[in-house]
Amino acid sequence: MITLGVLGLQGSIAEHMNVLQQIKDVTAVAVKNPQTLTQIDGLILPGGESTTIGKLLKIFDLLEPLKEMINKGLPVWGTCAGMILLAKKISNQSETYLNVMDIEVCRNGYGSQLDSFNTQLTMPTISSLPIPLVFIRAPYIKNIWGDAKMIGQIDKRIIACQQKNILATSFHPELTDDLRFHKYFIEMIKKNT
Amino acid sequence: MNERYELNKNLAQMLKGGVIMDVVNAEQAKIAEDAGAVAVMALEKVPADIRKEGGVARMSDPKLIKEIKEAVSIPVMAKVRIGHFVEAQMLEAIGIDYIDESEVLTPADDMFHIDKETFHIPFVCGARNLGEALRRIGEGASMIRTKGEAGTGNIVEAVRHMRTMTGEIRKLKALSKDELMTAAKEMGAPYHLVIWVHENGKLPVVNFAAGGIATPADAALMMQLGSDGIFVGSGIFKSSNPQKTAQAIVKATAYYQDSQTLVSVSEDLGQPMQSVALDTLDDNQRFAKRGW
Repeated sequence: MITLGVLGLQGSIAEHMNVLQQIKDVTAVAVKNPQTLTQIDGLILPGGESTTIGKLLKIFDLLEPLKEMINKGLPVWGTCAGMILLAKKISNQSETYLNVMDIEVCRNGYGSQLDSFNTQLTMPTISSLPIPLVFIRAPYIKNIWGDAKMIGQIDKRIIACQQKNILATSFHPELTDDLRFHKYFIEMIKKNT
Repeated sequence: MNERYELNKNLAQMLKGGVIMDVVNAEQAKIAEDAGAVAVMALEKVPADIRKEGGVARMSDPKLIKEIKEAVSIPVMAKVRIGHFVEAQMLEAIGIDYIDESEVLTPADDMFHIDKETFHIPFVCGARNLGEALRRIGEGASMIRTKGEAGTGNIVEAVRHMRTMTGEIRKLKALSKDELMTAAKEMGAPYHLVIWVHENGKLPVVNFAAGGIATPADAALMMQLGSDGIFVGSGIFKSSNPQKTAQAIVKATAYYQDSQTLVSVSEDLGQPMQSVALDTLDDNQRFAKRGW
């Protein structure tokens, strides 16, 4: 049995929990304090507003313990806002948050809500068949370096990548019925334990 | 339309658990963003001042909305008058993120709300009960909020509207299939949406609390009553310490079940906004009665 945490401060928390309930051998818990952080095998940073979630991480003393756990190998996956929290560089602002992933992200890279879109893409790392993707005021990855490896890109913009125990996506698999990304992350956790 | 509508509902989902704050200029928008707001509502006057000054309240100056949009990276919303689809066309042209077809402004049409399905941009609308919420969703709203009684700092109407909606949803869920058409007729709600609520036991879109939230405790109360998130209008920039109040309401909304946190964020906040007892308002001073 795997205990998977979903950072429970703001955003698409219920959506991730709903997906996880459909997967066998997984217990999902919302993480809101440092104690719960010690009880999980992996953590999802959901979509939402990165400035809000980042601020709450700092105020409620979750930022430093979480950063340390990720650096020690805790599998973590950031979707949209979660990806911004993981990045070492954010193009349109000076402040960073967890500062653990060798990527530079561009916030609201596609524009306002009128520029939000759906599409699909085949990413061989995840599956040989196309995966539906939902982009909501999404960021994209401008640059990667070090150990970060590209998983998928659209129009030369990287929208999914992995760096050892860290996974990041610009889009929201939790808003679709497709379980493949969540299952991929669970495989990452199984390899880790 | 269908795909766009899904994307618009999805944006509202990303705002869940957050606080959307009314701001009247770029400086206030920055304060709201720094305090951890998930979005700002750009308007010329907060509801408390609209109430005080009277006259016709309209959509804000586009220049002001553009300045606010420039100043922050979080989503920007703005209000249009009920039924004023040209104001909505203008906000869509500016390219903000969400339109509030709002009873806080003076209605432009006392018969018809905007046909929101004809727009790409998402709409949030106020509702006092389930029937009203489903009528707005039927017109294309992708997010709902309680009407409450804006600009009063009095939570009682928002509580009433949220309790009414959740109570009616529970009742609808308990009905048998052959009773649903009569329920739709009585509520004045689209039949297909009545069926959806009966089957799923919730609204098909995100539902926030609005209208009268003045303290962190008010925000946490609405969250415990089942709101997905919070709109604060006059409650922040009409309080004696806007920065601190804004942060405190953000923290209280995220940790709404944690009494210790609620105590610590509520300490030494200073005066909340000046409040109004609702029995002192005449019927024509009640914003919640605007729209149908």
